[in-house]
Amino acid sequence: MPIACEETGRALTVRVEGEIDHHAARQLMEELSRRLDAALPKSLTLDLGGVAFMDSSGIALVLRAYRRMVALRGSVTLQNVPDQAAKVLKAAGVDRLLPWNE
Amino acid sequence: MKPVNEAKLTFWSRSANEGFARTAAACFAAQLDPTLDEVNDVKTAVSEAVTNCIVHAYPDQLGLIVLRLRLYPDNTLEIVVKDSGVGIPDVDQARTPLWSTGGADRSGMGFTIMESFMDAVKVRSRPGKGTTVTLRRRIARRFPG
Repeated sequence: MPIACEETGRALTVRVEGEIDHHAARQLMEELSRRLDAALPKSLTLDLGGVAFMDSSGIALVLRAYRRMVALRGSVTLQNVPDQAAKVLKAAGVDRLLPWNE
Repeated sequence: MKPVNEAKLTFWSRSANEGFARTAAACFAAQLDPTLDEVNDVKTAVSEAVTNCIVHAYPDQLGLIVLRLRLYPDNTLEIVVKDSGVGIPDVDQARTPLWSTGGADRSGMGFTIMESFMDAVKVRSRPGKGTTVTLRRRIARRFPG
C-alpha cells in the first residue's frame, strides 16, 4: 500500500512510499483526499521518507494537500524528505510555502 | 562532434512506461560513472519529458514515443524525447512555470524541472506533427586523465 496513516487527536500523519510519478499520482491523490476528508485534521504531516523517486507529479500532490488543509484552516508539515524529492520540491518553491522537518 | 555511443528505444504512451523510460536513461548514463545526484537529475528530467508526451501529445489515444540517448566524447549525455502527437501551439507559454493545460493533478512545473536539472533544454514542436525535446547534461569526470 503506497499510503499509511496515523491519527493522534486532530493530527494526521501520512506516510507516502514508492515512486511518485504521473502513473502513480492519480491513485495517491484520491487516497490522500479520502484520508483527509475522513479525518478532517487540524494538522497534516506528510512523511516522504519512503519516496524512492518524485517528479513534478509530487509537487501537484503536495500542493493539493496544502490547498485542502488551507480550506480546513489547518497546517501541513513535510517530514523526512529524501534528497531527490527535496530538489524537485525546492525547484517549485515548496520549501518556502511549507514548514519542513528534517 | 560524433557520439561515441547511442541507444534508441520506442515505446507506447502508457503511463507505466514513465518508470521504464527514466530507468533506461539511468542505465545508459551509468557508463559515465555519474554520481547518484547526477543519475537522479537525468531520471527526473526524462520522467517530465515522457510524462508530457503521455498527458499532452497523445491526450485521447496511444501513440509512439521515441527515446534516443547519445553519449559524446566530452562526457555530455544527450537525451531526445520525440512524439508524433498534437504538438504545442505556443512553446514559450508551455515552458512558463505553473502554466498547464493538464488540470488539477498536474503542477505545470515539468519544463521548469527539466530546465533546472539539465544544462540545456531545447523544444521543437509543430502543431499536428509532434514535439521533440532535447535535453543535454554534462556528467563530471570523477577520475580525470
